[in-house]
Amino acid sequence: MLLRTINIVALPTLLFGVLIAVWSTVANQIQGFPPPMEVWNELLVVLSDPMYDNGAGDQGIALQLLSSLKRVFGGFALAIAVGIPVGLLIGMSKMAQTAFNPYIQILKPVSPLAWLPLALFVFKDVDMTAIFVIFITSIWPIIINTALGVRSVSEDYLNVAKVLQLTAFEKVFQIILPVAVPFIFTGMRLSLGIAWLVIVAAEMLTGGLGIGFWIWDEYNNLNYSHIIIGIILIGVVGYILDTIMGFIADHFDYRKRGRV
Amino acid sequence: MSTKPFLNIDHVNKIFPLGKGKEYVALRDVKLEIRENEIVSIIGHSGCGKSTLLNMIAGLDTISEGVILLEDREINAPGPERAVVFQNHSLLPWLTVYQNIEMAVKKVRDDLNPKEVKEHVMKYIDLVNLDHAKDKYPGEISGGMKQRVGIARALSIEPKVLLMDEPFGALDSLTRANLQDHLMRIQMQTGNTVVIITHDVDEAVLLSDRVIMMTNGPEATIGEILEVNLPRPRERLTLQHNEEYLRCRGAIVEFLYSKFAKHDD
Repeated sequence: MLLRTINIVALPTLLFGVLIAVWSTVANQIQGFPPPMEVWNELLVVLSDPMYDNGAGDQGIALQLLSSLKRVFGGFALAIAVGIPVGLLIGMSKMAQTAFNPYIQILKPVSPLAWLPLALFVFKDVDMTAIFVIFITSIWPIIINTALGVRSVSEDYLNVAKVLQLTAFEKVFQIILPVAVPFIFTGMRLSLGIAWLVIVAAEMLTGGLGIGFWIWDEYNNLNYSHIIIGIILIGVVGYILDTIMGFIADHFDYRKRGRV
Repeated sequence: MSTKPFLNIDHVNKIFPLGKGKEYVALRDVKLEIRENEIVSIIGHSGCGKSTLLNMIAGLDTISEGVILLEDREINAPGPERAVVFQNHSLLPWLTVYQNIEMAVKKVRDDLNPKEVKEHVMKYIDLVNLDHAKDKYPGEISGGMKQRVGIARALSIEPKVLLMDEPFGALDSLTRANLQDHLMRIQMQTGNTVVIITHDVDEAVLLSDRVIMMTNGPEATIGEILEVNLPRPRERLTLQHNEEYLRCRGAIVEFLYSKFAKHDD
């Protein structure tokens, strides 16, 4: 037990040391590459006043992140609202599956960046564009996993529904959704991960406000330590989002509930 | 016991199309009249279409030719007057024992108010002696207990016929004996008409008023019908050396392993 605790602390610490060493070496080799200590000091500065607002293009890091999160959740919410019903439909109806499948397969691999110009042209608005691009790239895992969840409902449960003569509505809410919900949350978790990946790229191209724009802006300002800070913060926020989703998913998973 | 057919299986065929004009005749000309309050078991080797027959009575499988009538009404869809106890219990794992039964009761008995629903559910939980486990999830109770919940759920909707598809097949022999006793006691109390699919000779004799013996597929049909003239309540211990019991047992074994022996391919 003690050994395990030591391992949990010791191994990542050891790896951290290696990482810092490599980083320092790289920083020594490349002119202007910020060494770890410089980034650490800058990070403290950036985090000391995260909410300042000096007008467009010059705002604190928390405001940048919040602005990105708002877009992410806009697109994510839209993807959920459309993706779950479509997934349910595809899962329950062979006909719907046949109809939708080719389009899902073709649209799923399209890079978010390919959608960006089209969205900009259509919406002529940075926020709407980002939200749309997140929606269109993060909806697929939700649709696919929801349909998978529906199809994983055992024939026995459906027979129970038949014998009891449940209506279609009752069948969805009493039989299908309880089985499908863990799958749906898996889809949502993947989807949120994608959304968080996409937002950085989208904001770099659209500008305005947000963590992606912030990183690009700092590149133009030759402020390389801020780029590294941006990367670390994106990672941390992404990790937090994923953890929260995992937590919510477990809460709704009957397999992880009420067990003694 | 009334003599008019309660459940009437009238010249039923089950044909599965295989494509390219070919077809597989699973059941051919099955004719059986089941009386009210009767316990009938259907026995046969695997692949004899006994589960298909049960599913057709349940309405879960279509009837290719012929007709099945329950109280003179044609069966063409599943319905709560024909409750099914599935082999693998098929309880909903996200609901507790109580909730599993409650869900069925609420749906079928929409005339009951919440207090009556609760009393009704508890009555059937009580019937299978599971009061102590009513708030447990299916994942937390044993296979035998799950099957008892399955029986309670099926009975709670007060069906005209209780259909059981190898209900105890997945259980160990001690648990199985226990559940057979439960079933006989419950049937004495409720007077249900019961159709049981089984491949267990002793189970068939112990439980049934009549044992329906199926020939092997394809084109399986009813080979023999055996009347079990044993008084109820039946006691498995005293039956061991009972002449009628041994006669019935012998007749079924003779049918299954001599007349219609099935050899491994």
